[in-house]
Amino acid sequence: MKQQIRHLLPTLIASVALLPLAAHAEKKYDPGASDTEIRIGNTSPYSGPASAYQEIAKAMGAYFDKVNAEGGVNGRKIKFISVDDGYNPPKTVEQTRKLVEQEKVLFLSGSVGTGPQLAVQKYLNVNKVPQLFVGSGQARFSQPKKYPWSMGFNPTYFTEGEAIGHYIASVKPAAKIGVIVPSDDAGKDYMRGFKQGVSASKQAKIVAEATYSTTDATVDSQVTAFKAAGADTFFDEATPKFAAQGIAKAYEIGWKPLLLLPTVSTSVASVLKPAGLEKSVGVVAPAYVKDPSDKTWANDKNMQAWHAWMAKYNSSASQTDPLAVQGYSIAELTVEVLKRCGDNLTRENIMKQVSNLHGVQLSMVLPGIEINTAPDEYRLFRKFHFQRFNGTSWELFGGLIGE
Amino acid sequence: MIKTSTKSNAAYAGFSTRGIAIFFVAAAALPLLLTPYQTFQWTMIIGYAIALLGLNILMGYNGQISLGHGAFYAVGAYISGILMEHFGMPYVWTIPCAALGGFVAGFLFGLPALKLENLYLALATFGLAFAMPQLLKYRALEDWTGGVEGITIMKPEVPFGLPITQDQWLFYLSLFVALLMFVLARNLLQGRIGRAIVAVRDHPVAASAMGVNLVMLKSFTFGVSAMYTAIAGALSTICVQYVSPDSFSLFLSITFLVGAVIGGLATLSGPVFGAILIGLLPNFAEQVSKSASGAVYGVLLIACVYVMPSGIAGVLASLRSKIRKPAIPQSSISSEETI
Repeated sequence: MKQQIRHLLPTLIASVALLPLAAHAEKKYDPGASDTEIRIGNTSPYSGPASAYQEIAKAMGAYFDKVNAEGGVNGRKIKFISVDDGYNPPKTVEQTRKLVEQEKVLFLSGSVGTGPQLAVQKYLNVNKVPQLFVGSGQARFSQPKKYPWSMGFNPTYFTEGEAIGHYIASVKPAAKIGVIVPSDDAGKDYMRGFKQGVSASKQAKIVAEATYSTTDATVDSQVTAFKAAGADTFFDEATPKFAAQGIAKAYEIGWKPLLLLPTVSTSVASVLKPAGLEKSVGVVAPAYVKDPSDKTWANDKNMQAWHAWMAKYNSSASQTDPLAVQGYSIAELTVEVLKRCGDNLTRENIMKQVSNLHGVQLSMVLPGIEINTAPDEYRLFRKFHFQRFNGTSWELFGGLIGE
Repeated sequence: MIKTSTKSNAAYAGFSTRGIAIFFVAAAALPLLLTPYQTFQWTMIIGYAIALLGLNILMGYNGQISLGHGAFYAVGAYISGILMEHFGMPYVWTIPCAALGGFVAGFLFGLPALKLENLYLALATFGLAFAMPQLLKYRALEDWTGGVEGITIMKPEVPFGLPITQDQWLFYLSLFVALLMFVLARNLLQGRIGRAIVAVRDHPVAASAMGVNLVMLKSFTFGVSAMYTAIAGALSTICVQYVSPDSFSLFLSITFLVGAVIGGLATLSGPVFGAILIGLLPNFAEQVSKSASGAVYGVLLIACVYVMPSGIAGVLASLRSKIRKPAIPQSSISSEETI
């Protein structure tokens, strides 16, 4: 193939110079693409402690099955090769090299995990293989200047923290805030973003900061300290178990702050129910994707299509799994990018297309939250719709908040 | 149950030395035949072999169980990563530093812990493996360890302008280190200290009566064992060019245990077979069935243990002696002992 391209090169250059329109008809392929097939690689934890995340890749595979059954993308079938890395970085390196060097995939999409994906980021960038829609909110997957071949999917922790801070500053300009974050990198990113967002209001003040570590038994003492510090607003930036503890403890000690949760801890089943539904009334959280268990979307056409697809192609998964929503959305976006690439299926063109998306509305992303990227802006989601819990389900309110 | 004896050790070791020599010559030709990805895969396997050799010295020859060698692997990996990242040390020199660090860590951990008998020691080491990933994320150490993000190191260059690729160079570097470590292990185990190590396993009271300082010898063995594993960890950092807490989960320690036992305890060739097994078996299991790779892996392990209770090396050795002296069953195994 390369040889052919080399022979064709003078002709190509001539045709580009003479007939700019004709150049579009030329087919260009990098390894992994052909007239009949596009090979996409993915690493996910199918084994080990983080194996719950395999639902993302499973949903992606199921979405590509549907696309292939309907004729593929521009006449090409998608071959999705997803392999197990057990959430173990050295294994991720091994498997990613296998995908690139042996399976000859065109690019990677939807691979999971901060640690595992950081481990292969350099390899993929040096070899100029697109590392698309990584399942992580780590800022390093949204730094086009340093890593032009890497793009994360989830909102970065910083962006989300900033939006929540911004929300507080706008609805409660004189808020006295207590904030808890996990004692890891993600927590630090959240905190930096949060402070940035809060600074929009001069009177708003963070009166108490605390951290927890995943080995802690509870966050009770931190919550009690927030009340004692006179806080009237509580950003409960914690993983589901601790977020639930925060809600319950605040209620028990008779503290009624404006309580905010991060997107990772909005599940009714794993956060609000354990905390107590009656204790969770009035809790506010940002959202960017639709929750399949939320009745708001019962008559939404896209949601109905999603349920139909789940029943037909992904029936083994939990039918309301948010990870399946993520996988579906990543696959939908991947297909959208491939459609835009047309017959120019080179790695360079993929990055060009993916960094020039304008107004892309995915079917499971909240209406109005469109994807806009640029060569110097790789963050897919920078806006959020805020929602409030009414005792039985979430209700969206207000407009979009964010950049 | 592990069938071993001093006599059979000698027989095993003799077989292994030659076997390993052949293996290393064959291995040296490998990168010429393999794709870069496969070369990388085998480089990792060589690293595992060194780690398993360390664990084997402890478990096979000295009769102590460790469920925590993943932690020493992490110590070596991080020493190497930190020295390169923060002190700009050339990667080759980080290997002896990791060895020293591993030995000290193992010796110090061993000193109090080795007063514990078998299962209690296993539990103590298990605790170490359990704690390690979170210790590495610990805030006070974050400036050094890089926290969850870990450390990405520079690409190790091929020295002296050798006409080989980076993958091939790392393969040969690992192979050289492995060869050195196997020769050192053989010399150690065949000498006076080696006999004392085995004596402590076979009959601690008798060994003590012969003048062996049990605690010191056990701690020393633990240190040597940890040193081997730390060297393997350093090699892994150099080859993977990345080190992070997620790399050293509890499962890694268990994998080492699996490799050491199935490869064959108290043999020098066992770690090689064990490393090939733990390097390739998960991929094989995944190919059989991705959704049930755990089940396939588990069933294969059970099958291995039932079919080859003395490990791959043990089976090969007994096959070999059966061909030579078909009349004598069970070859030279003269006593049985349970760990």
